[in-house]
Amino acid sequence: MESTATPAIRTLEEIRKDFPLLEREMNGQPLAFLDSAASSQKPNAVIQKIARYYEQEHANVHRGVYQISQEATTAFEEARELARELINAPSAEEVIFVRGTTEGINLVASSYSRKFIQQGDAVLITAMEHHSNIVPWQMACEAQGAELRVAPINDAGELLLEELYAMLDDKVKMVALTHVSNSMGTINPVKSIISRAHTLGIPVLVDGAQAIPHMKVDVQELDADFYTFSGHKMFGPTGVGILYGKREWLDAMPPYHGGGEMIKTVTFEKTTYNELPHKFEAGTPDIAGVIGLGEAIRYMNSIGHGRIQEHEHNLLAYATEALSQIEGLRIIGTAQDKASVVSFIVDGVHPYDLGALLDKQGIAVRTGHHCTQPLMDRFGIPGTVRASLAFYNNQTDIDRLVAGVKRALNMLR
Amino acid sequence: MEINQIQDEIIDEFGFFGDWMEKYEYIIDLGKSLPLIEEQYKDESHLIKGCQSQVWLHAAEMDGKVQFTADSDAVITKGIIALLIRVLSGQKPKDISHADLYFIEKIGLKEHLSPTRSNGLVSMVKQMKMYGLALQAKP
Ligand SMILES: Cc1ncc(COP(=O)(O)O)c(C=O)c1O
Repeated sequence: MESTATPAIRTLEEIRKDFPLLEREMNGQPLAFLDSAASSQKPNAVIQKIARYYEQEHANVHRGVYQISQEATTAFEEARELARELINAPSAEEVIFVRGTTEGINLVASSYSRKFIQQGDAVLITAMEHHSNIVPWQMACEAQGAELRVAPINDAGELLLEELYAMLDDKVKMVALTHVSNSMGTINPVKSIISRAHTLGIPVLVDGAQAIPHMKVDVQELDADFYTFSGHKMFGPTGVGILYGKREWLDAMPPYHGGGEMIKTVTFEKTTYNELPHKFEAGTPDIAGVIGLGEAIRYMNSIGHGRIQEHEHNLLAYATEALSQIEGLRIIGTAQDKASVVSFIVDGVHPYDLGALLDKQGIAVRTGHHCTQPLMDRFGIPGTVRASLAFYNNQTDIDRLVAGVKRALNMLR
Repeated sequence: MEINQIQDEIIDEFGFFGDWMEKYEYIIDLGKSLPLIEEQYKDESHLIKGCQSQVWLHAAEMDGKVQFTADSDAVITKGIIALLIRVLSGQKPKDISHADLYFIEKIGLKEHLSPTRSNGLVSMVKQMKMYGLALQAKP
């Protein structure tokens, strides 16, 4: 019987208990985990789902006629449907399982460029891209003899839209940009940029690695041509991610990898390729990972995007305010629109030293260039200390960060 | 003093620290106080680039012994460099290339010499040993 009663809203403390790792210690101190932008922790639901899959449900997918294989295939395809729904893709065939954002971008950069980018063409990225959204395009541009253009940002870490628009012309065959900056937290106005690019017939790839864990994304509303993200940053397992692509592009693009699953018929003379999404899913996929990712989506849905966004927004404001009180501390990335990341440096103090002393106090942050070296060069700094939030963080985590920074600075200055 | 004698001496000294803070305060002091390298050697050719912090290393041979000077932009890294130099500088090339640097683990600083920290220290130690090896080969 279906219950119609809405479940009681769980408190943050109850939600934290879903994440076993948050209960461990680091260097003899309770853990304040503030590095979810690098990779988030996993709830019990996901961990158990994967264990149960291997214990009870494992068989290869899309091949066996026997019951267990069909059950595995059903669970696998259910996860695809959950991912489709998460981003409101028009159809599940446009949702491709990849290893993560990096592979999603490489797939498009490699396959799309072979067909659609010629000598003398250009690809436009931005100054705040992760190396994953720089290097694949550099490689594609080099292979095709195309030019890589880089749209600039201002000191707050916001895109300079007029400059960006001025760089769009009929040579540009792709715009690839991040939805949310992993080093600064800037939320880019991707919808406006997409709509502008489309007036010139240019498709847009959005790197959603740092957006999906924090906000509701609707690829149809954005009208994104490609949207890619990683499972491990959204409470799912490592090694699996999603590439959404509009069918018209995916159909027109050549396959990326060759192998089993992606073919219809194979003779030594000629192979015909399978339909979407299988055309881009060569070989045995990360079945457990996909099923775990499906569970992570269910788990996020159970908490609700509205609640996630509101909690993180408040916590970010709290952290920004508290850190700003510290003398000599400068926040890198002060965009109007920000999500879940506070990056900072302190005058005369190397980020590595700060990070090492925070580690000793049980506070996990990331230090360094965050795989965005060109961005660090833009600010003329070697790197930052980055605290990044997820919905399981609380004010205590922030209080400990602030106290930890003060204590470290007392030792260093 | 021989390499292992110096290592044991450092381990003894670190035994006096009550907690991690005292230990790190000492390392930070070391990092702050020592002018470790001449400015002219802080150039691209002496740079060991870590992802996190950078290290400059210079080696010179004198009377069959290797003199190391080095520096870093991060003060904790620099403090650890001071310890490494105390152990390895002024030693014979052969002893350097064969050195087993057990003191780092014994004084609880192993994590700073893990490749995942990418602070330049692992590469620096490798480089020091390479110098040892190279100078050994010299007639
Ligand atoms: C904005 C952004 N893009 C891409 C990536 C790469 O993701 P993955 O390593 O999961 O492929 C990351 C991860 O750090 C990221 O933050």
